[in-house]
Amino acid sequence: MEFFTLSMLNGLSYGLLLFMLSSGLTLIFSMMGVLNFAHASFYMVGAYAAYSITRYFGFWPALLFAPLVVAALGAAFERYCLRRVHKFGHVPELLITFGLSYVALELVQLIWGRAAVDFQPPEALRGPMFTLLNSSVDGLHLHWGAASAAMCSAAGSAARIVCSPFPATRGFVMLIALTMFAALWLISTRTRIGLVIQGALTHPEMVEALGHNVPRVFMLVFGAGAGLAGLAGVIGGSTFVTEPSMAGMVGPVIFVVVVVGGMGSLAGAFVASVLIGVVQTFAVALDYSVAGAFASSGVLLGPAARNHSLLKLTIAQVAPILPYLFLVLILIFRPTGLMGRREG
Amino acid sequence: MGDTAKNFGALRSRDLIVWALAGATMLVAPQVFGSSLAVTMLSQMGIAIVACLSFNMLLGQGGMLSFGHAVYSGLGSFVTIHALQAIGSGGLPIPVGTIPLVGGLAGLLFAALFGFVSTRKSGTTFAMITLGIGELVFAASLMVPEFFGGEAGVNANRVVGKAVMGITFGPQIQVYYLLAFYTFVCTAGMYAFTRTPLGRMLNAVRDNPERVGFIGYDTQRVRYVSFVIAGFFAGVAGGMYALNFEIATAEVVGAARSGAYLLFTFLGGVTFFVGPIIGAVLMVVALVMLSEITKAWLLYLGLAFLLMVMYAPGGIASLIMVNLRVCKFGKFGPLLGGYAALAAAGAPMLFGGAAMVEMVYHLQLNEALGPTMRFLGIGLDVKAAASWLGTAMVAAIGSVLFEFARRRFVLRWGQVQNEIEAAIRAKESV
Repeated sequence: MEFFTLSMLNGLSYGLLLFMLSSGLTLIFSMMGVLNFAHASFYMVGAYAAYSITRYFGFWPALLFAPLVVAALGAAFERYCLRRVHKFGHVPELLITFGLSYVALELVQLIWGRAAVDFQPPEALRGPMFTLLNSSVDGLHLHWGAASAAMCSAAGSAARIVCSPFPATRGFVMLIALTMFAALWLISTRTRIGLVIQGALTHPEMVEALGHNVPRVFMLVFGAGAGLAGLAGVIGGSTFVTEPSMAGMVGPVIFVVVVVGGMGSLAGAFVASVLIGVVQTFAVALDYSVAGAFASSGVLLGPAARNHSLLKLTIAQVAPILPYLFLVLILIFRPTGLMGRREG
Repeated sequence: MGDTAKNFGALRSRDLIVWALAGATMLVAPQVFGSSLAVTMLSQMGIAIVACLSFNMLLGQGGMLSFGHAVYSGLGSFVTIHALQAIGSGGLPIPVGTIPLVGGLAGLLFAALFGFVSTRKSGTTFAMITLGIGELVFAASLMVPEFFGGEAGVNANRVVGKAVMGITFGPQIQVYYLLAFYTFVCTAGMYAFTRTPLGRMLNAVRDNPERVGFIGYDTQRVRYVSFVIAGFFAGVAGGMYALNFEIATAEVVGAARSGAYLLFTFLGGVTFFVGPIIGAVLMVVALVMLSEITKAWLLYLGLAFLLMVMYAPGGIASLIMVNLRVCKFGKFGPLLGGYAALAAAGAPMLFGGAAMVEMVYHLQLNEALGPTMRFLGIGLDVKAAASWLGTAMVAAIGSVLFEFARRRFVLRWGQVQNEIEAAIRAKESV
């Protein structure tokens, strides 16, 4: 039971982190038709910028300013590079962001080096957020903060207690992500600029005719999307590892999320992020294989088959390819994605 | 119109001369550049040419941007290695010379399988699916060590079977000529493809899929068949790779290689048939030589790519072609001064910028070697403020001058183009 709860929470926090990335990507895509290949690079730059700011001013200023820096970089890229190729069509737009991903990676390596940097979460987030105590006598309990050693090592001799801590950083990821979505939702539905953006999504010419500067709206949206990726980078970088390969690891997954959710559908991206986050987290923890299943169901295999690596593969080992398998299956059975509309 | 209809599909004598020259170059090249490094590079160029041309079949001719083209060349390599092993153990009675075709068949089969999924979509979604499939195959390749050999890869010996007319494929030069033969045949094949009705339909699907659909063609089917053919040629390139290196590791199906195909094909130029060939030659030069000279070569490459996408989306081939057009109309003279000014201002800009990048890398990686480094024959002390200030000044002055030269050049260029347009119009009205 505590395995299920914790895996679920871990999966949710990973999924929400994915959604922080894919929401910006989806926003940019549905507005400008550009799939930003360098989106994960903004994530990486956010983590590195936060690392540098943390060294001088501490983590909390970094949480505020690193995304702003990344947003400014994103807006500048849109203004000076992307806008220039807009007239050539979508493939050059994708190509220029592809080129940016190379340059960003090299620049990050140039500035911060090729090895991982030591980017730690602040003191307040280092411990567990809560601990699940599973006692064979009293059942499941929740204890906020770290559980003391005394609590875990069985008060009475009859009870057997298992302590499972849930890291505070994971909880923090969920908190930030949910706050961000609330803010995004409020901005896009309750403010003037939000309405202009919504209008420019579907009817850019009309919005332009009403006197709004649509290219500037595009720049703002691109900057905001990059900033969201930067914010995800700050918390992702401090929770996981800040290294040059972090963009390459998360990049393909968020593209899968966007395609699986349905290109340009924010709700679809949310469902797909959480789904992939949860599935992958559970898969990593499951140590079952086809050979194991045969063995436990009593089917006898020859020695060659028993040692074949395909049959010996555990679900945990297959976990990295699950998102891509998922992508292929979705495209075969529901080509528009989970919540996508038909392509025009 | 009448002329093009008559010449459609037929080779003009000028084309024959170009092909003969290309073939002769391939024959003579290893005699001129005889060193073993040169022959190795020439062999790799042949492989890269086939791979980039097959990539451009998708990107340039079909408008399909693939982020996972290395899947087909890489799987071709793996299957070829296994075929070589089978020949060695006597299980497969075919001559070694035909082995790239085995890779081609493998590429074709895998393209038929994966293309079924990816070509259901076009444009951006297609690109994302190819990326996903690329990641899938790369991750899977590390999971099945029986076939892919895990981290170490699988290797085989190409000197197996009976020698045919004394050719064992032991020496690199024999391999080169085999690869050159395949390069020539594949290049001709892919050029022929652009002139088939299918090739033309592929162009139409790229430009206006809706209209193609209305005429009664199935755009998805056109994309699929072209994708499979491109997969075949990619597989041949993979087979050539396996024969040349006698090893296949997981990185041959990896994203980095797919990215390299994309990068260099685009740099070479996707709108002309020769573009990918230029790109392939550049790729080998960059991978073999540039990466030796500087650690920052990927940065320079990425920046060059960005500039190319922004200012010359037709790549190097189109730059050559527009200048050839200017030459043809005899207007190159007025531009010469502009080019000279651009070069004169660009040199210090590039020099200063590159020197600073190299100094940063020296600080990071080679600090143990002492504070002085040599850059293009000049000793720079990376610890001294003077060398930073100096290079920054050179770069800044260069950039300002370059901007001036660029503006003047753009004006001059526009004038020359207008004159050419006028000349064409005058000729047409006669």
